[in-house]
Amino acid sequence: MTAEQIIFLIVGAATLLSALLVVTVRDLVHAALWLVAALFGVAILYTLLNAGFLAVVQVVVYIGAIAILFIFAVMLTRRQAADTGAALNKNWWAGALMAVLTFAGLAFLLQGWSGFSKTASAIPSGFDAIEQLGGALTSPVGYVLPFEVASVLLLAALVGAVYLAFNKK
Amino acid sequence: MNFLNDPLKVASDWLTGIFVSWGMNDVFAHVLVVFLGIFVLILILMVIDILLVWIERKVVARFQDRLGPNRLGPFGLIQPFADIIKLLIKEDTTPAGADKIVYNIAPMLSMMSVLILWAVVPLAPVMLGVDLNSGLLFIIAAGSIGTLSIIMAGWSSNNKFSVIGAFRQVAVMISFEVPMLAVMLIPTIFSGSMGMNAIVQSQDIWFVLFSPLAALIFLIAAIAELGRAPFDLAEGESELVSGYNIEYSGMKFGMFYAGELLHAFTFGGFWAIMFFGGYRFFGLELVSPFLAIAIILFKALVGYWVIMWVKYTVMRIRIDQMLAFNWKFLTPVAFTLVMVTALMNALLRGADGWLYVTGMILANIVVAWVSLEVVRSTGKKERERVEGVKQVVEAHH
Repeated sequence: MTAEQIIFLIVGAATLLSALLVVTVRDLVHAALWLVAALFGVAILYTLLNAGFLAVVQVVVYIGAIAILFIFAVMLTRRQAADTGAALNKNWWAGALMAVLTFAGLAFLLQGWSGFSKTASAIPSGFDAIEQLGGALTSPVGYVLPFEVASVLLLAALVGAVYLAFNKK
Repeated sequence: MNFLNDPLKVASDWLTGIFVSWGMNDVFAHVLVVFLGIFVLILILMVIDILLVWIERKVVARFQDRLGPNRLGPFGLIQPFADIIKLLIKEDTTPAGADKIVYNIAPMLSMMSVLILWAVVPLAPVMLGVDLNSGLLFIIAAGSIGTLSIIMAGWSSNNKFSVIGAFRQVAVMISFEVPMLAVMLIPTIFSGSMGMNAIVQSQDIWFVLFSPLAALIFLIAAIAELGRAPFDLAEGESELVSGYNIEYSGMKFGMFYAGELLHAFTFGGFWAIMFFGGYRFFGLELVSPFLAIAIILFKALVGYWVIMWVKYTVMRIRIDQMLAFNWKFLTPVAFTLVMVTALMNALLRGADGWLYVTGMILANIVVAWVSLEVVRSTGKKERERVEGVKQVVEAHH
């Protein structure tokens, strides 16, 4: 086992554990903090995959913005941050079944993929991932259309949020 | 390749050689040397941090026409060390009803979010932690860990003042992140890279000459991000006692305080790296890496001094004024500036150095002038409206 694999196993286990704690912990702020831990674990996994840019974006967007907003919302809307009542409802077995089936389906699909058991080829020196990403997002033969559509969607969401919050005189 | 030209590599090769000769695994020795390097960097930073306390006190004393610490040792230099000892032997209190684990992790995260920034700071052409190609974004990412530490500290203290302080501070930080990130794109446009070292290397002419407005906006956003005056409303002694860190005592408080000072120093460094040429100073950096380190530290200190200058000159503003200033003025100006700069860069791509600089400065002046004009006319309209309302009210009486 290489050092990278050991790190991957540790980080993966920590991510899974934090993700599990997100849904089992009673205190909502604690749940949000465990969510931060899980998201951070995913960022480390991106780093292990040589996707440094994605890792940094993951931290900026998910921890810096979304998780902070979660914590804000929990603190502002609830007097008692702890949740009472049953953690599971009577459909828990259906949820568990769906989860297992999804995992099995993904594992089955990946099993058939030729790259599944291969080690990744080394990245050539001078390879700039950000440049490649930027080029792909803005070139007409790349992903410029999905990129623009997503931008327009976000802009519409922004305008909608401003409209909802706007105080009519 | 001798020690004076590339000290980091020589030292690491030497240490790795020693470890391997002790019968250590090659990979393990390498990892150990890297860890040692990080440890030494953090040690140096912490010592600088202690001295920063002294610098801050001396400078604030000068601004307020006092002498500052001058009893212990020459120029009061022993004072900060005495302070550290005091902080260490103070009682370590935890408020009743506090969330112990979160309460104890918060100061560590706060300090960590500052120290981690130094991973991407290029100290000399050959001395830098990692040359991340997304270095600028990394700063914002580390800042979001700082935000998280503040909200954790405020919430876990079980004190309403600390929660209000944390809310205010986080509101400031997440809103000023926007113009800061926008303005960081401007050095990226000039240098064609988000990596710190590439930005420094491409500054044959300092970027502050290309875009003085961007340097100014970055400084304002950095001060807000640091939570220093005039944006220190999280502290607000008269209303909040001391904000999110109110319940912390001893060294845990010291971690927040030292973290804030080191953060200010670090942002002085980033200001220098992005707009003032980083470790470059008329070719002096090529003479010796040690000279380059001295240059970057000096420039960071100058940036830190400017931040202190602002802190002790300008008074605190209210949160609504501050958020209005950010969202209605700074953010639009920053985005306009990015768009104008990108456009000008496309137009002037082939132009030679000084023509490029002139074009960029003219664009900056136009953006600054137009935005100030807009603010002026809006302010005038608002004043006229208020005046009109006043007259109507008076006529009724």
